[in-house]
Amino acid sequence: MTIQFNDESFRDDYTFHNSEWAIKRFPFPFHEDSYMYSVNMEQHRGGPKGSVYEMRFDVDEHYVSEMKDRAIVLDQDPLRCQSLPHMTLAGWDLLELIMVSKSEDYPDLFELHRNGNQWRWVNKPLGIDHSFTFMDETTLPYGPMEYITRQAQGDFAVLDQRDEMLWMDAGMVTTQADWSLDFDIGMNFFEWHAPVPKAHEMGIFKRALKFLLNIQQGAPARRLNWTMTVNPLLDTSPENYHKWGIQKTTLTSENIAHKQHLRVELQTFFRLPRSNALVFPIRCYLCSFQDLMTVPKWGRRLHRVVRDLPVELATYKGFIDNRPMMLDYLSQFDDGLPTSPGIWPDLETEPPLSK
Amino acid sequence: MSGAEKIQVKVTEITPLNELVTRFRFERVDGRQLPTFSGGAHTVVEMQDGGITRLNPYSLMSDPFDQSSYTISVRRDDQGRGGSLFMHRQVKLGDEMTISYPVNLFSLDLRARKHLFLAGGIGITPFLAQIKQLELLHGHWELHYACRNQALASYADQLTGRHPIETHLYYDDQSQAIDLENLLSGQPLGTHVYVCGPKGMIDWVRSTAAAEGWPEDCVHYEEFLAPQPGKPFEVRLASSDKVIHVGENESLLEAIEREGVDAPYLCRGGACGQCETVVLDHDGNFVHRDHWLTDEEKAAGKKIMPCVSRFEGKSLVLDR
Repeated sequence: MTIQFNDESFRDDYTFHNSEWAIKRFPFPFHEDSYMYSVNMEQHRGGPKGSVYEMRFDVDEHYVSEMKDRAIVLDQDPLRCQSLPHMTLAGWDLLELIMVSKSEDYPDLFELHRNGNQWRWVNKPLGIDHSFTFMDETTLPYGPMEYITRQAQGDFAVLDQRDEMLWMDAGMVTTQADWSLDFDIGMNFFEWHAPVPKAHEMGIFKRALKFLLNIQQGAPARRLNWTMTVNPLLDTSPENYHKWGIQKTTLTSENIAHKQHLRVELQTFFRLPRSNALVFPIRCYLCSFQDLMTVPKWGRRLHRVVRDLPVELATYKGFIDNRPMMLDYLSQFDDGLPTSPGIWPDLETEPPLSK
Repeated sequence: MSGAEKIQVKVTEITPLNELVTRFRFERVDGRQLPTFSGGAHTVVEMQDGGITRLNPYSLMSDPFDQSSYTISVRRDDQGRGGSLFMHRQVKLGDEMTISYPVNLFSLDLRARKHLFLAGGIGITPFLAQIKQLELLHGHWELHYACRNQALASYADQLTGRHPIETHLYYDDQSQAIDLENLLSGQPLGTHVYVCGPKGMIDWVRSTAAAEGWPEDCVHYEEFLAPQPGKPFEVRLASSDKVIHVGENESLLEAIEREGVDAPYLCRGGACGQCETVVLDHDGNFVHRDHWLTDEEKAAGKKIMPCVSRFEGKSLVLDR
């Protein structure tokens, strides 16, 4: 399939939009009518055709515009991309993983030609045709991690593994849900997760760390995470909170349908072979409430999840103040009918809204 | 299925190095490239030995960035349960075997300004891959390699030929020994020390480094334990609702697998923690042999590492 790339913005005039194709493949994160933390990991080895799970690194209609937005963020704040000196090898690992995966998964969009360490990389959507020497930084315009993640959607945390612990020692983070690489750089797994409520007491992070430390080469894993974002902003960083935080107060019952977005992260985990580091790509998908409501099952379920979410979680996810307005809107799409299990839209089998 | 991903390989070279050690080269059956790996990684080799499936870990010693083949070196253990004997006596050129993807429990700390390698005997193998990796990365390293005698010093000639400055050899039969205290106290700040060899050597290096004030996270070690034979015993697997018999020459983990119960594992040498199993009930004594459980956990008797540990007594019930 050839992807038609949108020309759209994630700031100022917010022309971001999802096609019908993008809505149907949106990774709706709730497999049942309620939500609580869990170490909801599964193997990342493909998925239904056309779904965001199918390829190792999903490329969709937002690719070109997201890369333009990343370039703007980096121009204004270069510290969004950092790599401690010992992480360069992991950067090469990541460059290889992404180039090999994309050229195999999207041969019409990306090409990789390798002759020993002489590599030629062709990225058609971004108009790049670049020959370089693998493992020789001087032949790239940026370090290997920055070079490749300027061409890959989603944030990338590159974690060193030492002493039975993971360390946030490199990353490219411009589309984050309110966390800062510059603040977290060099921290260990428990330190950078310290702000998350409830999960520590539940032992979630101990179990998650044990799982992640044991992710092996050739066996990547994935999970979904979610939050809420007013306006289709990719960059909801602490650094720019003064710009986007205030936008949460602009939500009204008239504009909520198109302004309020469910923000879903497809988080994947790959062991990097040469460095033994772990890369944690965090891919952000946005979908407006009005687009989500075109799927009857998602309308019913989202209302129930938002309604029943514990106060701590709604506070942590930053929408406690807007929750009553969200429930007013969402309740119109909940007719009380049962929903089918699982995250898929089930458009053929789920009944239309009867209300 | 437990363990790391599998790769089908064929044996393309068998090279006896000395009276105890033989090197094996593996290439993929499908002709494709093998994954790269990081120095210090091991692979688990599956051996179909009569009715028994043996799964033994061996350090990968080849160039980690060379995707054409992997090599391992196997030291024959005449007192062992038979894995190394199988490799030495049964494996023939051209045989197809199953190995696991590389798993690294002994990786380099890439922050180190200098890597100080201490090898005892066959413990040299992970360092061979790490040295190749550091050559490519222009890393700073030094090797101190102790063996029983010159004839058994696998790869010593190759190392001194290629790295005469970095390589230091010690032969027991010439009463040579690593002057560890001086060696450690003379290292520049930012040095990490790595030891691989017999248990006594690992304990010696760890305790000496601790006494010299080395931070724990600058001291790395790898000791794969081979499961030891022991008295047969019976175990009840509660979740699977089975009573199984563990024979004298098999490990508890192998007995569980033989009964068709899928149990998690990675290293099969008491180091990685993957096979940790909850003990529901017991009447008797554990023979804990792993490096994973703390002394308190071992004393508490609530957990066992079935890859290397055993049990002696009346009854044992596991949550598996």
